[in-house]
Amino acid sequence: MEMKLTIKRVPTVVSNYQDDADKPRAGCGRNCLGDCCLPASKLPLYAFKANPAKRSQEDAASTNSLVNILLTEWEDRMARGLFRYDVTACETKVIPGNLGFVAQLNEGRHLKKRPTEFRVDRALQPFDPAKFNFTKVGQEEVLFQFENGAGEDSYFLNSAPITAVDHAPNVVAINVSPIEYGHVLLIPRVLDRLPQRIDPESFLLALQMAAEAASPYFRLGYNSLGAFATINHLHFQAYYLSVPFPVEKAATHKIPLSEETMKCGVTVSKLINYPVRGLVFEGGNTLNDLANVVSSACIWLQDNNVPYNVLISDCGKRIFLFPQCYAEKQALGEVSQELLDTQVNPAVWEISGHIVLKRRNDYEEASETSAWKLLAEVSLSEERFEEVKAYIFSAAGLVQSDEEEVVSEGEDTTYAPAPVAPLRVAEGCLVLQ
Amino acid sequence: MASSGAAEADPPGEREREQEQERRRLAASLTARYSDWVLEALDELPGSFLLTDPALAGHPIVYASRGLTALTGYARRDVLGRNARLFQGAATARAAVAGVREAVRAHRTHQVPILNYRRDGSPHWVLLHLAPVFHARDGSVLHFLAVQVPIADAKRRGGAAAAGAVLLAACREEARVEEDFPCAAHAGKAFVDMDKRGLEAEEPRVPSDSEKEMAINTADSIVSALNRYSKLTGLVVSRKRCDSVGIPALSSSLNLSLGRIKQSFVLTYSCLPDMPIIYASEAFISLTGYSREDILGRNCRVLNGPDTSLEVLEEVRTGFYSFFSLSKEPDRSFVASTFIRKDGSSFHDLLHVSPIRDASGKVRLHLSQVAFHIWVHLDMGAKHDFNGLTPEVWQLGAVAAVRVAVRGLSASGSLLRPSQ
Repeated sequence: MEMKLTIKRVPTVVSNYQDDADKPRAGCGRNCLGDCCLPASKLPLYAFKANPAKRSQEDAASTNSLVNILLTEWEDRMARGLFRYDVTACETKVIPGNLGFVAQLNEGRHLKKRPTEFRVDRALQPFDPAKFNFTKVGQEEVLFQFENGAGEDSYFLNSAPITAVDHAPNVVAINVSPIEYGHVLLIPRVLDRLPQRIDPESFLLALQMAAEAASPYFRLGYNSLGAFATINHLHFQAYYLSVPFPVEKAATHKIPLSEETMKCGVTVSKLINYPVRGLVFEGGNTLNDLANVVSSACIWLQDNNVPYNVLISDCGKRIFLFPQCYAEKQALGEVSQELLDTQVNPAVWEISGHIVLKRRNDYEEASETSAWKLLAEVSLSEERFEEVKAYIFSAAGLVQSDEEEVVSEGEDTTYAPAPVAPLRVAEGCLVLQ
Repeated sequence: MASSGAAEADPPGEREREQEQERRRLAASLTARYSDWVLEALDELPGSFLLTDPALAGHPIVYASRGLTALTGYARRDVLGRNARLFQGAATARAAVAGVREAVRAHRTHQVPILNYRRDGSPHWVLLHLAPVFHARDGSVLHFLAVQVPIADAKRRGGAAAAGAVLLAACREEARVEEDFPCAAHAGKAFVDMDKRGLEAEEPRVPSDSEKEMAINTADSIVSALNRYSKLTGLVVSRKRCDSVGIPALSSSLNLSLGRIKQSFVLTYSCLPDMPIIYASEAFISLTGYSREDILGRNCRVLNGPDTSLEVLEEVRTGFYSFFSLSKEPDRSFVASTFIRKDGSSFHDLLHVSPIRDASGKVRLHLSQVAFHIWVHLDMGAKHDFNGLTPEVWQLGAVAAVRVAVRGLSASGSLLRPSQ
């Protein structure tokens, strides 16, 4: 008999249609994103440039840039009253310290609802059409379709038919419980009803969006199931915040790779001096190379039930991967009551250093120490992390070389490279498939 | 006190009754807008100050604080119903008076050192701090508050306050003119006094920082009291202490971000009562012909012309002031109207106004934390490239850009240039 690990939490409402999801729908009378409505509809369309090399900082600032159009349309939805609260009224501050954690007081984000049960020991769960998913979202919550224009320049059309010729459309929708201005959801191939799991094509799309935005302040994030994803329908999150994230400032320790591995141009580093252990992927001869390496790592993690979060930063040039185990600890009762009381769910934004707090006390007293303490609970232990890292490397086709490691930030750590161990019987929260 | 069939009228009683009625009428100026407790609350406040009502004939004083007597020698009942110029006299600088008059006319906050006269005719220097109090819903001025803070003689600072202005009280008393005269000018001219001449010849006294601070604090307390007892929701008041009565300077980072925005817009500073313009985009300058020097510090109504429809403006103001409540009603306040450029030519404009909140929590502003308002203009007569968006949505792009700039900078505490 299989032991199920679950925790109870109040799910975040990301769409105004989420609460009605359980009610039976007697034929769709409204413009949703399902098969009933979407194919016959028209939505705005943003077609991105095929060639990322042409993007520049200047582009980001121009009025027809992706960020500009996204924020403009977002303001329009705000004016239409589609959000549950005004996020610009949420007090925000950069906490003094080395890393500069960003704390926000957001009392409106969390509903005073009955918490629902979330299974946390399965990073992959099959898509359940009965539950809320993004095909049930009203079209007014969609900002635009996001497709590859396959041309020299990007362009925006206020109204375009759904180009569902060879694939279902990718859409960018608002998150009605935003944690920051411009908080949106990127939903690849919405009609395909993919569960929350990373695949190379979708991951590439996310990188393309980051690259098209061409702004280091526009980041994308991903939460796997078990790492605080609320909805089991494939989506990435994104928003704009013009402050550096703590994780982006943290020191890294480059992992030397074999020559063979280095051909694709991707480099991997380990985060040091940061409360959550993680890997940083950079470079790649093409965006595709980078996407392939990282998505392979993610696929291994989700296939092996290791919950994880991904931060896509610096216009898609730096990708942070955090395997985590907070939910499991919570389910096993290993998290202190003090931390549980803050009701912070450490998902990708929190781990990256943007922490949303729901109680004023926590906000007033937020410090680098308290943030560190919270995030340290999320991290895998050093031993476990090394174990997982070895598997990830193997899955991604990366071979660690025997060289001495290059430390990027004068840190005196010694590391003895070990050959990748053969796959062995998993322990702990892994369940054999 | 009815006279029931008494053979003769009781003149003093009659006069008392009239005065009582007059007093009540003036008090009603306050109690109609604020709860009855407001008078008690104002009585608690220290300092010498007045409230005047511009809507009543003669712009009379409707409230005088307890501290007024100590400073000016006037009993409170002496000044109620009279115009505040009663404090001015022969040696009061015309320029200062003109400045006050202009500020009243323009509904602007104003601070000026001025030579006033006490009841006994003695002149004394005060820092006069004048500020309008607005009606939230229609933007009209309900009252003016005028705070008087004595300015100590720099030479004798730290010691006696205004001790140098002692005059022969008796003579002054005789020379006093009737109430009808707006100022005691005649009295002043008829009397020659060494000290007074000395004061006349003096340069205007420079108020110290602590005197300025006291004026502002007193004004703030008055405004807080009015707010607390207001019968109207969201009275627009000044809560923030400004180190000078001038407009704040934006940080260079904010200026830089704002400079990239292509739309025609201004930002007004919402925590000063008259909401002065503190930023104007290049496009706005091109559109209206006003230079930055012309426009900074002015109120947006500078663009109003004879064809600017009042209903339209009313709509803007209503939608605009509704932001001071915490409702999350949609603000589709796009208003089409006609405005006037500097050269007098008019243009058809699509105007959108929206509040921009400062979420740093550092400045305890009004409940809804509104730091600025953005006023985005669109010249309907000119050609524009809307990049595929509708004109209204394109205008919102300016709002979005300002919001993210303000958000990022207020988080890191660098929104306004720090005051020295």
